[in-house]
Amino acid sequence: MTASVRIPTVLRAALGGDASVSVEGSTIGEVLEKLTAQHPSVKGQLLNDDGTLHRFLNVYVNDDDVRYLGGVDAPVANGDEITLLPAVAGGDR
Amino acid sequence: MTRYASVLDLVGDTPIVDVSALSPSPNVSILAKLEGRNPAGSVKDRVALSLVDAAERDGILVRGKPDQVLIEPSSGNTGIALAMVCRLRGYHLKVVLPSNVSPERRQLLLAWGAEIIDSPGGEGSNGAVRLAVRLSEENPMWVFLYQYANPANPMAHYTTTGPEILRDVPEITHFVAGLGTSGTLMGVGRYLKEHRPGVQIWAVEPPSGEMVDGLRNLDDGYIPPIFIDNHGVDLLDRKVVVRPRESIEWTRRLTEVGLFAGLSSGAIMSGAIKCANTISPDEFATIVTVVCDDGWKYLSTGAWSDDIDDVVERAKKIIYF
Repeated sequence: MTASVRIPTVLRAALGGDASVSVEGSTIGEVLEKLTAQHPSVKGQLLNDDGTLHRFLNVYVNDDDVRYLGGVDAPVANGDEITLLPAVAGGDR
Repeated sequence: MTRYASVLDLVGDTPIVDVSALSPSPNVSILAKLEGRNPAGSVKDRVALSLVDAAERDGILVRGKPDQVLIEPSSGNTGIALAMVCRLRGYHLKVVLPSNVSPERRQLLLAWGAEIIDSPGGEGSNGAVRLAVRLSEENPMWVFLYQYANPANPMAHYTTTGPEILRDVPEITHFVAGLGTSGTLMGVGRYLKEHRPGVQIWAVEPPSGEMVDGLRNLDDGYIPPIFIDNHGVDLLDRKVVVRPRESIEWTRRLTEVGLFAGLSSGAIMSGAIKCANTISPDEFATIVTVVCDDGWKYLSTGAWSDDIDDVVERAKKIIYF
């Protein structure tokens, strides 16, 4: 399965500079692992140590938030478009 | 007809209308709650009244006391509703408003006697929130009700919108609404889950990711405190992004069932259709969705009359949620 991942501006420099990259994987977890394999410093911004999605990262498969589709286990099909969208918490006030 | 003592008594108890003619499946009914019927024209009348009532109960606002000032960030409807409530209750309201909201919203705020403080359009609603936070810190005498964090916001929906929906549509299987402050989803969602645990709660989001490049920094993404306080991630069953083109298309299609609605209602309707498309052919479902306001405030966008490509480009630059 090859999906196209749209990289947000804030992560672009750390992930090689491209706005969009093709990544293989059959789940969101696999795609994110592969995406960050070359850039380990970014991995902590996307995934927790236990491999779950970071609380302040929203990931969409074809505009559907994967947090409600199984998180890192959400399936990825060929040609799917994945969007990463970090959100910073405003929860302390 | 009933005779009312005050316009504020007209807030809530809005009608629900069957719009299943737009449903992709004969097994899926779709019903729309018409929040534009509220006196200041939107679902936010419930929130504004609840915020002010709670502040008065807590003694933060005192009716009849002179020179009481409120400040609130709003991309439109909350400001308009608060302006109406403040006008009736004798408070002065300052609304922090992104400079790129539709001109009708400005006019309405001014009509109700509110004062407008502009925040940078490129920073969207988040920029308005930041500026309001800063100004309220610099002016501690101003009352900052802060709809994004005030439990009276979801409480308005928990005590009114949710019960009205269950009363009028007891067979509800799905509730689909927009995610802005998250007040509607948290309040209605919590009420429905308590009374009908099987009901699915769907959130519809505007594509903030698209507005980001060149307009605002993703670092400035913002999770409303009431979303966190109400365990929003656990409460929601699904969250989908609806893009401007789909929003406009479904705003137009709503006229087929006689509804002249605002653009966020088109987005939410598009989300309801996505929801309907997930129902398998051998299942039945009843989706309740929200028409947040009517279309009047959006006429200047040309949403119903202009070429859709032009409207979509324009919609990317203005705030309609």
